[in-house]
Amino acid sequence: MTKDKIKKAIDAIGLPRLIVFCFFMAIVITAAVNDIDVASYFSSTLKYFGMWGILVLAMLPSIKCGIGPNFGVSLGIVCGLLGTLLAIQFNIAPAVEGILPGFGPWASMFFAIILSAVLSWLVGIAYGKLLNMVKGSEMTVTTYVGYSAIYLMCIVWFRAPFNSGEIIWPLGGVGVRNSVALETSFGWLLNDFLGFNIGPVFIPTGIILAVLLVSGFVFLYFRSKTGIAITAAGSNPTFARASGIDVDKMRVKGIALSTVLGAIGIIIYNQGFGYLQAYTAPLAMGFICVASILIGGATTTKATIMNVLIGTFLYQGLIIFTPPVSNHLLAGTDISDTMRQIIQNGVILYALAQTKGGD
Amino acid sequence: MENKYVLKMEGITKEYFGNKVLKGVDLKVRPGEIHALMGENGAGKSTLMNILFGMPVIHSTGGFGGTIEFNGEPVNIENPHKAMQLGIGMVHQEFMLIPGFTVAENVKLGREISKATIASSVFGKSLERLDKPAMAEDTRVALNTIGLGVEDYAMVAGMPVGYMQFVEIAREIDKTGIKLMIFDEPTAVLTESEADRLLDTMRVIASKGIAIIFITHRINEVIEVTDSMTVLRDGTFVDRLETKDTTAARIAELMIGRQVEKLVDDMEEDNRKISDEDIMLELKNFYVDMPGEKVKGIDLKLRRGEILGIGGLAGQGKVGIPNGILGLYPASGEIHFDGESIDPTKLGDALHKGIAFVSEDRRGVGLLLKESIEQNITFTATQIQGKFLKHFGPFTQVDYKATKKHAQDMIKALDIRCTGPEQYSGRLSGGNQQKVCLARAITMDPKLLIVSEPTRGIDIGAKKLVLELLAKMNREQGMTIIMVSSELNELRSLCDRIAIVSDGKLTGIFAPDASDAEYGLAMSGVTEGGNA
Repeated sequence: MTKDKIKKAIDAIGLPRLIVFCFFMAIVITAAVNDIDVASYFSSTLKYFGMWGILVLAMLPSIKCGIGPNFGVSLGIVCGLLGTLLAIQFNIAPAVEGILPGFGPWASMFFAIILSAVLSWLVGIAYGKLLNMVKGSEMTVTTYVGYSAIYLMCIVWFRAPFNSGEIIWPLGGVGVRNSVALETSFGWLLNDFLGFNIGPVFIPTGIILAVLLVSGFVFLYFRSKTGIAITAAGSNPTFARASGIDVDKMRVKGIALSTVLGAIGIIIYNQGFGYLQAYTAPLAMGFICVASILIGGATTTKATIMNVLIGTFLYQGLIIFTPPVSNHLLAGTDISDTMRQIIQNGVILYALAQTKGGD
Repeated sequence: MENKYVLKMEGITKEYFGNKVLKGVDLKVRPGEIHALMGENGAGKSTLMNILFGMPVIHSTGGFGGTIEFNGEPVNIENPHKAMQLGIGMVHQEFMLIPGFTVAENVKLGREISKATIASSVFGKSLERLDKPAMAEDTRVALNTIGLGVEDYAMVAGMPVGYMQFVEIAREIDKTGIKLMIFDEPTAVLTESEADRLLDTMRVIASKGIAIIFITHRINEVIEVTDSMTVLRDGTFVDRLETKDTTAARIAELMIGRQVEKLVDDMEEDNRKISDEDIMLELKNFYVDMPGEKVKGIDLKLRRGEILGIGGLAGQGKVGIPNGILGLYPASGEIHFDGESIDPTKLGDALHKGIAFVSEDRRGVGLLLKESIEQNITFTATQIQGKFLKHFGPFTQVDYKATKKHAQDMIKALDIRCTGPEQYSGRLSGGNQQKVCLARAITMDPKLLIVSEPTRGIDIGAKKLVLELLAKMNREQGMTIIMVSSELNELRSLCDRIAIVSDGKLTGIFAPDASDAEYGLAMSGVTEGGNA
């Protein structure tokens, strides 16, 4: 009887989530026992939760519309980078700051968000049409698209005719430098907004609010007429067709929304980081997003907002707490990145192996 | 000699999980005779042949009862290999050929002729060299026997379907010692001239003393080519007949013949006004390209207020008709509906104009198994008619309160047994799932309701409820209904008229009390008009 209950509880939570959660707790406890500064690492976890939240959220529409986790979120990411660079290039922050003091960074961020949202929506539509041509092997194709997008943009970054001194290489010439500082535009804007301390833990209110706000919008969108049509198209395409829904169109909408969230996500990420990193820096971001939502309990065919929030927190918590603990226990080694790779790819592998029908 | 049987199966019984599919069937075949095995879908023909061929599906589900004698000796066929050793060959409905191999390689597959080589003397027989000339020669002999004019070195890939069928036959007759061949609906995939050739080939094979069991629905072919036949119905043995002593009408009657039990109680009153003038839906020259259920040019008129049944055997195209109207499969032809015309190439056009459809594929097309009952019931009405929505300027939100209320009403009205409107539809029993599908259709307040196989896979009690519900909607709300079903019995208990479809074409429209023979003939493709 109790055995059944335990099994049911494990089924409800999901075994991988349970293991990751236990592992996370073990690491936090080990950290506390070994006098590691848990509070400051917890602050970091909150900050990174906010930075990654929207990027992970980008997985939701693509899973819901039936395409599965969007490894190609990099397509949205490069749109976000482009929007940000243009905001810097056009000196939005200083210009607005001159007219409305205090609003410069906000204007700059919203300019970047709106511009890259429009851009990524268009790119997302084309991307969706491509994915409609390769039904059945979406996950492979999204992975390749993700890689191609990054490398294609490497050429663009290298030759783009920016002339703002903050963007081009310090020695002059053309092309974007490796990391562009966001100090003069919108760096740390949301992190510091309404931020406060609870004892030693810093709560980055702004960024968490941003994640919750965008999650709220996505939640409401999936309760609209179009939203439930997208969900139905993903969950049972023939059913959707029998209700007169153009399944391909819904898939395009889902993946376009995913791409837009990727673009907004990278802008929020960069402001939390204080820098924009071009070239191959975002290469692995798609994998981290996929791993996060899967840790959160999503499958390749079903996902919820809660999966996004829980998954992002657990994944980031692991990534942040593991290095100090492992460095402490295995002094002299640097096993943290290896650990990260094993967890990230192991979780993706596990989830793909679990792909199965039934409820 | 005349009465000596090559195959004698007696008192064969078979249960699948407590469900009796064969209830004491006899089958006797003489050498060199063409014997037809006839019956509707689900009569037990395939099961009987699986037993004869020793298929694993039989033995993994508890074996069977009864005895089999082959060539006068009792035999125990425990696997297909044994059946082949005895000299039983089977020409399958789906071709078991390797497309990338030549005709000769396919014919000789598994029985290749080989020569010793140096390698094989060291490493054994598996490294012997193929004796291609000898294989080609054997194949030629087999091909000549059946009169197929293809080269033995031709590739099977890309051949017309009819040719592949003949290659299969060539493979079977190439086996030495073959005494009995089973043809499982071989003409279903062939064109008319190919089918004629196949029948000729069967005669040739039989004249060599090989017995043939011919499984088919087509009475014409049976009359034309067979010597005798066994008729099955619902897993029971009906009769063994000599073909020369019988008629097509008699065969049809034997296949269908069962009493029409009233599945629906007579409604107290019937004050519907149905007139031949008031046509609600008209199909003209209607084609649908639905795999396995092709419709090949149908003209049909539906009167307002009636229940029209569409019947016929599986795979003949009756299911294609509603799927074509709804635009789910490529369709062409004219559809006139209530003063408008419907474009079958435009998905959702029929839905927008007031036709609701309950699909035959309940779990595949009919339901979102991982969504709640309320979501399932209201989904189509929300998408097509914008019901259960709250509007905020250009934005919409599903009105979950209204959705739940409506779902609760439906659950009560249709007596859907569930834990509540939030339960996943995938967790319901078949009958209750069907009611959810019906509830979704009713929610649209359709002018015309099309239900396809509404009672497939649900128990008898639920069947009765579903049929009564349809009758009630028709009588009380005046809803016009098209009901597509393989269960002729159901159609006859509920419908005003029944259209029979065979090979994608209409073969007749009958009154529910028309004779079994009329239905049987129409279902096996003999066009004789009809009287309703």
